[in-house]
Amino acid sequence: MKRITLFCGHYGSGKTNIAINFTRDLLAKGLPVTIADLDVVNPYFRTKDSEEELTRAGARVITLPFANSNVDLPSLPSQAYALVQDRSRYAVIDVGGDDRGALALGRYVPYILEENDYDMLCVVNFYRPLTTTPAEALEVLREVEAAAGIPFTGIVNNSNLGAETTREDVEKSLSKAKELSRLSGLPVRMTTVRADLAGDGEFPLTLQKKIFE
Amino acid sequence: MAEKVLMKGNEAIAEAAIRAGCRHYFGYPITPQTELAAYMAKRMPKINGVFLQAESEIAAINMVYGVSGTGKRVMTSSSSPGISLKQEGISYIAGSDLPCLIVNVQRGGPGLGGIQPSQSDYFQATKGGGHGDYHLIVLTPDSVQEMADLTALAFDLSDKYRVPAMLLADGTLGQMMEPVALPEEHVNRVEKPWAVTGTEGKRKHNIINSLYLVPEQLEEKNLERYRRYKAIEENEARFESYMMDDAEYCIVAFGIAARVSKNAVVALRKEGIKAGLIRPITIWPFPKKVIAEAAEKVKAFVSVELSMGQMIEDVKLAEDCKKPVVLCNRVGGMIPTPDQVIETVKKIAGGNA
Repeated sequence: MKRITLFCGHYGSGKTNIAINFTRDLLAKGLPVTIADLDVVNPYFRTKDSEEELTRAGARVITLPFANSNVDLPSLPSQAYALVQDRSRYAVIDVGGDDRGALALGRYVPYILEENDYDMLCVVNFYRPLTTTPAEALEVLREVEAAAGIPFTGIVNNSNLGAETTREDVEKSLSKAKELSRLSGLPVRMTTVRADLAGDGEFPLTLQKKIFE
Repeated sequence: MAEKVLMKGNEAIAEAAIRAGCRHYFGYPITPQTELAAYMAKRMPKINGVFLQAESEIAAINMVYGVSGTGKRVMTSSSSPGISLKQEGISYIAGSDLPCLIVNVQRGGPGLGGIQPSQSDYFQATKGGGHGDYHLIVLTPDSVQEMADLTALAFDLSDKYRVPAMLLADGTLGQMMEPVALPEEHVNRVEKPWAVTGTEGKRKHNIINSLYLVPEQLEEKNLERYRRYKAIEENEARFESYMMDDAEYCIVAFGIAARVSKNAVVALRKEGIKAGLIRPITIWPFPKKVIAEAAEKVKAFVSVELSMGQMIEDVKLAEDCKKPVVLCNRVGGMIPTPDQVIETVKKIAGGNA
């Protein structure tokens, strides 16, 4: 287990939700964790939505200064340097979507590379329209990697159709994840699945509560 | 059925437009519709289409005006403040009898407002917006699936009647992700003998224009256009009726407000209160007839809106003051909850439910 875990990938692939669930998992193991939302692209679906719960569970939560406000102003918080400079805590970093989102990592990358104790994971949902094939997913993966300035170390297969996901949908995605692994030379590090559908060895996800159907 | 994919509403519009044969997109980024433009920027170059980020919304709508004159399927998209900027161009397009698709993923206003969802551009969309006597065909999706389906329909209706169409969505529908079965690649090609495509010396020039300095001619243009509007009102009003057969309380809501209201109807029915929902799918033409019919049977109407009460005026006109119409609303980017709708209906029902 590396000290820093970064989640990057195509926008809407499920990075934020996975980062939150991953943080909960570390907290449950009694580890000190800081989670940071560095998504400067999309002003919605923020880690801030879960800030209270995560803080209560013992996490330190770093969010963008204007997240969930009505101000769509992309700026990075100065506290984010704690992620790379305070080596006494585990760090979970939720990065913005696509190559544009990954650009925000740039200023932290020299520290991350110097410490060299990180996992840089590419989240993929093969049911998203621009990453339905391993070849398309590879294209996004390479774009993100180039913008971030740091190589990926693994893949997270988060293939799902939201509330309509079936076990069969998950099964169908496994061969695509394997193919992406072959094309990229990266291992599939996690298969993330909604908790009620998750099988052995898969990472169960708890989703946010819906207010209406 | 096609394989489903998980899409944001904004992406679903973009992909559906491409599948409906749209190869020309002009826009300018604004939250909460930017994913639409971003999707077009990625896809259009791969299919020999045009994605152009204009220098402003005003430029973008005038590019739409130009391409539409050539008979090609063309679109633009924006959110509320950007749509205000486009109004002059929209009036010109309507005045030149050209088809196109304008997408408004609404946010809270007025002014710069906020970036959260709203339905407060209802008046602008249905009662003009720009200057002059004109209408747009306005479609209002309530799911990511309908974002795709109504986009295709909007292009077809717009071509058929030579009237610009608007897809009126909101920030929630634009941002939320749901599984979608995308429509097959399919273009209902309509003959466009009016299009400016080059005469090759074989016919008279076509002229695309909204300027008529002879008042008799301009009057005739307006009258002819209104004959088409009448045909649209007679043939194209669309709605969904939900649990209305024995309903005593009729909720009227479109878009995201209808999604919320459906939950309220189910909950009210469980408590023995006979609620139903009429969901306009077109708000121009407004489904007047079904509202008028409901007025003969129900005790009251509730108009659920993300505005200070705009559609409620059309509901009142349609039901002709036969029954009380009550507003249930939130504004400024807030969304009514099912509980708020339930409480409103219960209050009207009093002890008599």
